Amino acid sequence: MPDLGFEVLLKGKNFARLMGGLWVALRISLISVVISIPLGILLGIVMTWKNPISRVLTRIYLEIIRIMPQLVLLFLVFFGTTRTFGWDISGELASIIVFSLWGTAEMGDLVRGALISIPIHQYESASALGLSSGQTFLYIIIPQTIRRLIPLSINLITRMIKTTSLVLMIGVVEVLKVAQQIIEANRMASPNAAFGIYLTVFILYFLACWPISLVAKALERRWQ
Amino acid sequence: MKTKHSVLALILAFALILSLAACGSSTAAPAAAGESAASAGTETAGSDVIYRTLDEIKADGTINIGVFSDKNPFGYVDENGEYQGYDVYFAERIGQDLGVKINYVSTEAANRVEYLETGKVDIILANFTVTPERAEKVDFALPYMNVALGVVSPDSRVITDLSELGDGDEVIVISGTTAETYLIENNPEIKLQKYDTYANAKNAIENGNGVAWANDNTEVIAFALQNPGYTVGIPSLGSQDTIAPAVSKGNTSLLEWINDEIKALGEENFFHQDYEATLVDTYGLDYEESLVVEGGVPSAS
Repeated sequence: MPDLGFEVLLKGKNFARLMGGLWVALRISLISVVISIPLGILLGIVMTWKNPISRVLTRIYLEIIRIMPQLVLLFLVFFGTTRTFGWDISGELASIIVFSLWGTAEMGDLVRGALISIPIHQYESASALGLSSGQTFLYIIIPQTIRRLIPLSINLITRMIKTTSLVLMIGVVEVLKVAQQIIEANRMASPNAAFGIYLTVFILYFLACWPISLVAKALERRWQ
Repeated sequence: MKTKHSVLALILAFALILSLAACGSSTAAPAAAGESAASAGTETAGSDVIYRTLDEIKADGTINIGVFSDKNPFGYVDENGEYQGYDVYFAERIGQDLGVKINYVSTEAANRVEYLETGKVDIILANFTVTPERAEKVDFALPYMNVALGVVSPDSRVITDLSELGDGDEVIVISGTTAETYLIENNPEIKLQKYDTYANAKNAIENGNGVAWANDNTEVIAFALQNPGYTVGIPSLGSQDTIAPAVSKGNTSLLEWINDEIKALGEENFFHQDYEATLVDTYGLDYEESLVVEGGVPSAS
């Protein structure tokens, strides 16, 4: 087996530091997910309204978040708020704000898509059966919408976990930054460590995202 | 029918929890942001000053110093999670002589100026090369190291002059470094491959993504010494520059204190000790006199 520099992981507290970095990445993404899924569902419902004002406002919000690279958003929130308002927010809070804004926008669009994908005859059949519009939503529309949403939102959640690799640019030391620190600190002693460390980071990201996919699969099977 | 009902009940419960969570989190997030805004607001309300003066830092008991965390041997983190390196050795001394604790902030080449402009750190000690463009935005103290640009390339095709670069050849640089600015200004015809972090640029040259890597000469010398198969074809490109600590524009009290400190440390040959403690393993003793600036006075080379 080629030398992948795994011994570097056993030096000092390196492995614990890497796990600490993973925890930072997961904490940022999971807090953001918890914030953005409910807000996204509300946003998605608002986006289906026929009201022109709400349509324009949600559209602008979605497009701004979608067009701006996440890195720019991170810089805007972390440094921009200090320049404009004098707020001194921590890198981690800035990350959570940006990821929540992003997650809410994307989740909102997913919910909107799922809602309008329910064929009109579902609504019509429901009212033909004598269900009120509230009952139609609760018993007919929401169950079908959630089923359609599961794979899409899992996609979004795993993407949010992986995109935390950008927060190192605003001074948050997460798993990838710790990996780079370990590789650099050992670049003389173990020049091959980059392979082993990046492989480990890959496995860590995989282990973080895999259970989420499993839960999604189980839910989908159950609701089929 | 019964199972269908329980599934629906589950979904309803789920939706209810989500909407409750929505209320909880949506109120919690702005509140947290508002709190930090309020506390920061009171500090900055009196004046538009973003930096902290020497007295404010001393009163606070903690100084924020921006260093590299992945640039061995200047600023890096060892296996115990402790910051180490030439810049950090100096930072430790600053903390000791000021009598304050140090909070190290991990910075990247591309965001060092931004950190000072927003006052998120008090001092940048991250291998910061003095340039006129940067001096418009931040205040540099006296220098403590010399640096020029260098270009390293694989032994299979050593670039000894920039004119050797062909049409399809790309040169690797790190965004926000002097090498990037120099090449854009003086050799705009050269195609650049830009990377955000040192580690990514290093991977790129090792994977052969570009034909050469332009960076500070200390970096490329160290890289070539540690990685057999690479040669510094151009050891000195452009003018000789210096590396100095930087503070936010206008923070004179801190700037003057650092300048006095650097002069005083010259008496005890501090930066030579620093070199011997941190850089000697990487560059050997041959480069000591050419790299170290003692007492803030660069030797005419």
